[in-house]
Amino acid sequence: MKTLEVRFQDAQIELSHGAGGKATRRLVEGLFVPLLANPILQSLQDAATIELNGAHLALTTDAFVVKPLRFPGGSIGELAVNGTVNDLAVSGARPLGLVSAFVLEAGLATEVLEAEVRAMAEAARRAGVAILGGDTKVVEHGRADGMYIATTGIGLVDMRVRLGPERVRPGDRILLSGPIGDHGIAVLLARGELDLEADVSSDTRPLTPLVEALIETAAPAIRWMRDPTRGGLATALNELARECGLGIVLQEEAIPVRDVVRGACEILGLDPLHIANEGQLVAVIAPEAADAALEALRRVPGVERPALIGEVQPEPARTVVAVTSYGGSRVVDMLVGDPLPRIC
Amino acid sequence: MPAWREPMKYVDEFRDPKLIQTAAQEIRRLADPDRHYRIMEVCGGHTHAIYRHGLKNLLPPNIELVHGPGCPVCVLPMGRVDDGLAIAQIPDVIFTAFGDMMRVPGRRGTPLELKAQGADVRMVYSPLDALRIAQQNPDRKVVFFAIGFETTAPSTALTLIRAKALGVRNFSVFCNHVTILPAIRAILDSPDMRLDAFIGPGHVSTVIGCRPYEFIAREYGKPIVISGFEPLDLLQSIVMILRQLREGRAEVENQYARVVPWDGNRPALRAMAEVFELRPYFEWRGLGFISQSALKIRPSYADWDAEVLYEVPGVRVTDPKAAQCGEVLKGVLKPPQCKLFGRECTPEHPIGALMVSSEGACAAYYHYVHRAQAAVE
Repeated sequence: MKTLEVRFQDAQIELSHGAGGKATRRLVEGLFVPLLANPILQSLQDAATIELNGAHLALTTDAFVVKPLRFPGGSIGELAVNGTVNDLAVSGARPLGLVSAFVLEAGLATEVLEAEVRAMAEAARRAGVAILGGDTKVVEHGRADGMYIATTGIGLVDMRVRLGPERVRPGDRILLSGPIGDHGIAVLLARGELDLEADVSSDTRPLTPLVEALIETAAPAIRWMRDPTRGGLATALNELARECGLGIVLQEEAIPVRDVVRGACEILGLDPLHIANEGQLVAVIAPEAADAALEALRRVPGVERPALIGEVQPEPARTVVAVTSYGGSRVVDMLVGDPLPRIC
Repeated sequence: MPAWREPMKYVDEFRDPKLIQTAAQEIRRLADPDRHYRIMEVCGGHTHAIYRHGLKNLLPPNIELVHGPGCPVCVLPMGRVDDGLAIAQIPDVIFTAFGDMMRVPGRRGTPLELKAQGADVRMVYSPLDALRIAQQNPDRKVVFFAIGFETTAPSTALTLIRAKALGVRNFSVFCNHVTILPAIRAILDSPDMRLDAFIGPGHVSTVIGCRPYEFIAREYGKPIVISGFEPLDLLQSIVMILRQLREGRAEVENQYARVVPWDGNRPALRAMAEVFELRPYFEWRGLGFISQSALKIRPSYADWDAEVLYEVPGVRVTDPKAAQCGEVLKGVLKPPQCKLFGRECTPEHPIGALMVSSEGACAAYYHYVHRAQAAVE
């Protein structure tokens, strides 16, 4: 296929190009997409969908560079499995298998590696998926902060769901599976650079049980799903707003945020809507099925405080707005820059 | 537990919808419909809060909030950024700065871009963190890029006092601290300013107290109310201002008394006096040179003064011609009235510092009000 013109004009790569926000979007749309141009890539979904003898296969990959390797509630190995499983899950796919590549640093203690491989085995067991292959590379000491892990996953799309921004309609409701910001804040505090202590753990977990519950209850009414990782809920919903051309109006008070996360964000000048999650999903549900979908999530073990947090409206087009209970409103933008590098 | 001993949640009470609606009603009752009010919020933190909470929707249209110069990175002239970057490029230097500073452009790029090219530039949340880095890296020279008003100056002062006491010789400060009062006076003296009142800065006042603002009321006859940062704080401050205007009073009032003592924070003021003296003059972005408006490190701390230790170019750099940061900083123009706003100048590619800091009027406006589609398309 013919390549298109490269529009990415930044002279060098910055940390913000990996933050999952606006800069990432510009890099992907301005450099990768034009040079690798093909219709599946251009749809820019969490997983590519390939049709094969009538079955729809979902294919996705993710690299993990989190620092530190272990943090309250999880570790790089667990993230590496859950991150890829979740990209498949929110594409409506049941994971069939993963493969994994390790970039290890010379001098890495074997026990550290072993702990992460054990964490991967446990996460894979929990997600009901096997790790079927892999690759190992080693770089000089001081070049990889211990280890980087990349995982690639393949899944079988459930034929009962059809997802996509083009299916989203005014009046649809926004469903969020639980409190936001736990992962980003847990990793940030685990670095110990801030002299802040708070009891908060990463929310990393497989989303497959949540997606299955939604599919069983409301399959035809699910329009779109995403796991709001880097860039947070704000970035995921802004991408949706841009892709579907509609407005997303959030009720700020309805968005669950733990007090401890809210407090840390207030102190650090961050917006919880921009903080990464590793175990939440956000879905757009047709209005008639919204309450049933919410109930279905409530019944999934481990899910706390799921909520309907807003709805799709024709205006303001291509924009996310948050409304407060006292009548104020503001535009919620994508993440700009990178307040928290190396979060996953 | 009796009600009065319920632990305060630190923000929720000040975001209570009922109380906010009551304050908004009171504002509508007090505002004379035949009059236009121009009220300047001096502090960038207030600018951010006003947009973040969408408070404009709650005000009648004849109350106009004018954004003031109280955003530390916004008023820093480009030449000082270049001076800082010149220090950062000296071999062996670890250059430390607050997060807001990292994306402020000098003539040849931002601290963050310099870092991506290999310079050792590190973000810190406190100058004490920079001092700790110096102690952990005795063979390197650690420089802290100090910016800010009286809010951050005491922590820089305390850090220098500690560095001297501990004899940490590989630590120094590139001092860009400024003081808010001369800037307010410059704005009051500016001919294109027609302001009715001020919302006074909350954090600065925790250090300097309320007394230093008395000249605004006495000499210029304008009310000023020191305000907190939550929606209810700001609305209550506007109520207090409208009451003063209605009753023909011009006074300094303290809405933020739960945090701001009338006489300020004496230990903080003592630390500042120990370490800093006034510069004869200093350049402010958009406002030009203002006499006695900035702090410099005293000769007794010269061994920790990066301006003494290192050659800095000290070149004056004029802002890009098309950018109208100065007019926006003085409140003459609203952010979207600048020719570059949302086109050449966006939070991702800021040309002026007002677009960098979350406290900058342009960034606040861009993030929360305006939507420049062009930036990502």
